[in-house]
Amino acid sequence: MRRLMSRAGLLLLSLMLPAQSLSAQVTSKRLLEAAKEPHNWLTYSGDYASTRHSLLRQIAPDNVGELEMKWVFQARSLEKFETTPLVVDGVMYLTEAPNTVIALDAKLGSAFWRYEHVPSSESRPCCGSVNRGLAILGETLFMATIDAQLIAIDTISGRPIWKTAVADPSLGYAMTLAPLVIGDKVVVGVAGGEYGIRGFIAAYDAVSGDEVWRFYTIPGPGEPGHETWEGGGDAWEHGGASVWVTGSYDPELNLTYWGIGNPGPDWNPAQRPGDNLYSDSVVALDADTGELEWHFQFTPNDDYDYDAVQVPVLVDLDVTGVGSDKLMLWANRNGFFYVLDRATGEFIRGTPFVKVNWASGLDEKGRPIETPQPLGATTYPCVPGGTNWFSPSFSPNTELIYVSAWENCGHVFRPVEVEYRPGQRFLGGPPTSPNPGAPGVTGRGRPLINNWTEDVANGAVLALDPRTGEQRWRFKMTDVTQSGVLSTASDLVFAGGREGYFHALDAKTGELLWKATLGGSIASCPITYAVEGKQYVAAAAGSALFVFGLRLQK
Amino acid sequence: MVVMAGLPLGAQDAGGYEQTDIEYGFYLYSNHCVSCHGENGDMERKVNLRLGDFPNSPSDALLGNNIRDGIPGTQMTPTEYTAPEITALVAYVRNITTANLGSISLGDGGQGQALFEGKGECGSCHRVFGRGPRSAPDLSNIGSVRTAAQLERAILGSEGSTLPINRPVRVVKSDGTVINGRRINEDTFTVQLIDDHERLVSLEKVTLRELTILTSSDMPSYEETLTAEERADVLAYLLSLKGLS
Repeated sequence: MRRLMSRAGLLLLSLMLPAQSLSAQVTSKRLLEAAKEPHNWLTYSGDYASTRHSLLRQIAPDNVGELEMKWVFQARSLEKFETTPLVVDGVMYLTEAPNTVIALDAKLGSAFWRYEHVPSSESRPCCGSVNRGLAILGETLFMATIDAQLIAIDTISGRPIWKTAVADPSLGYAMTLAPLVIGDKVVVGVAGGEYGIRGFIAAYDAVSGDEVWRFYTIPGPGEPGHETWEGGGDAWEHGGASVWVTGSYDPELNLTYWGIGNPGPDWNPAQRPGDNLYSDSVVALDADTGELEWHFQFTPNDDYDYDAVQVPVLVDLDVTGVGSDKLMLWANRNGFFYVLDRATGEFIRGTPFVKVNWASGLDEKGRPIETPQPLGATTYPCVPGGTNWFSPSFSPNTELIYVSAWENCGHVFRPVEVEYRPGQRFLGGPPTSPNPGAPGVTGRGRPLINNWTEDVANGAVLALDPRTGEQRWRFKMTDVTQSGVLSTASDLVFAGGREGYFHALDAKTGELLWKATLGGSIASCPITYAVEGKQYVAAAAGSALFVFGLRLQK
Repeated sequence: MVVMAGLPLGAQDAGGYEQTDIEYGFYLYSNHCVSCHGENGDMERKVNLRLGDFPNSPSDALLGNNIRDGIPGTQMTPTEYTAPEITALVAYVRNITTANLGSISLGDGGQGQALFEGKGECGSCHRVFGRGPRSAPDLSNIGSVRTAAQLERAILGSEGSTLPINRPVRVVKSDGTVINGRRINEDTFTVQLIDDHERLVSLEKVTLRELTILTSSDMPSYEETLTAEERADVLAYLLSLKGLS
């Protein structure tokens, strides 16, 4: 009797084989210097500083009116299309929900290959089976999946190289973010704060998929910060503190920064007394070891689901008058715009950028001076917040940060006692609309047409000045927005909204210079790139990715 | 598998069911089905495979569905068989009394991997689990997308074993540059390929002087270079390649 080789034996053998070198295509050096090759878009946020600012300037205020559609990619999925594509030397790599990767000719839109991972039916993401994009190193792409796996995929053939189980999807763990490659590691964080998970950020070896380090976003017994889960119960074990979006990295400090989500249950803080570290915080981790260097908490003992679900924006700017400061800019879901020292975590400034009444301001250390509203009264901002997961941009030309904001959006909060059950929702709510008859505001997409009014909320692109915290200009929309922002060296700002308009604005004034009607909500972050010397701008809207270029260029 | 000298590979075709699939089906049946259905298919009281008495499965498609999805209320539970495995099981069950198991089709997967990477030089063109070049199609999951009979024909180098989309192409650009590669996509105006340097290349046809789709592939026949037993080993290895779990 002779036997076929077993699956287990085969897997073992394949892991023992010498791995393909990961240095052939996108090296870690290229990632460090991504801003120097603006024709490409090599990381989720464009570069490690996450400024989403491109040095391309061919498309400029004086010719942006000549933009025309060059090609469209139609996704098969009808789920929200939140992807930020990567572009590497003329090839675009993007994801469509839930976990499909497509390689396209970035000039023509023709497909090279398609890889589909079908997530386990055990997965149960709270807020859509979405995916925001990929990371790349060498000739390998990395995708974090809705069933909490990390998958390495060959850039040329589109075939998977390894899969690593990051967490158990049946307990509510999921991943929607684009991974961040730092050196030879792939860093991800887990979502699931609506299911009573215990969040973490972890780094995996890019070649083997083995875990290198893990940082729990809720400290365990004996660890500093554990005392902020008061009462001695097990609240910390189910306290959430998810990671929804990609972090940033400062190579000089060798620190990687990540925004941490809400504590659970979301809307009943009485069940988890204390500040609940490191929920609603930014953490600065040693990129080699995952050890915590510093943290800053935006919203202690959160009542409102104000995740720090934003990408940290790293800029060097003199705001204190003593030379160039290493700053972190953060327009937070809680309605305040923060300026932090990213070397120390020290609070420099914080000012509201939308209507805020849950706190009257911030003290000298940045802690909110809370003003809880009476039961039944409206709290601002609403649950989706002053802004959310969609990224801002920062232009070193104008020294302004551009934020997609939700204005005049409130909710009425009524905490409810809830028992933790594995894999079940753990919310302690729900909040309700303050405006009878108006549609409820959710982050999930537009409700039926013909019912959106000023009673609900409105979207806006805001230009904020990090030196003062003041608003320099405002571009108002009727409906709200889930669009990220892109700025360019030619002083253009691109953003869109839930109405399906894609706008080009003057970065200095906010004046509308061009718009296109894309027929579907823009719930993604636009990018720009160039192929054969010609600049393109790409934005996903509805279920399609639209790519624009100047009319006279072929 | 029992190895016996016998008919040449692929020579048998039992009424539309291919001999290699029948043998692969026998292997799968022997490992997974025999404990309930018995060696001769007649151990289950209500379902007699030997007599062809299984009314729930009048067609091959329904039989395949029942093998894959199970039959509620019975001990027949859902399985995770791949499409090629279902093909093989259907082929064997339909021929359970007449199957000629005298030829060599399936050998030792471990030996097959050694031959794939060594004597057969398959790994000099094909890639498996991130290892090997990309000039020929990646085979990491070939065992879950091709039937045993199809794979056997490919090993013999039969014409047509290469998917048309994977055919070799030769391109001459308008400036005279020549690109050779393997086609991976094509539409009216453009063609995409992996070139000889393993790069993704996308071309507008209007910019080309010449675009030749070659109908023969570089896939050699192993009829002479490997023995029947060695080919059976390689086939067993290929059938074990079912992608990452």
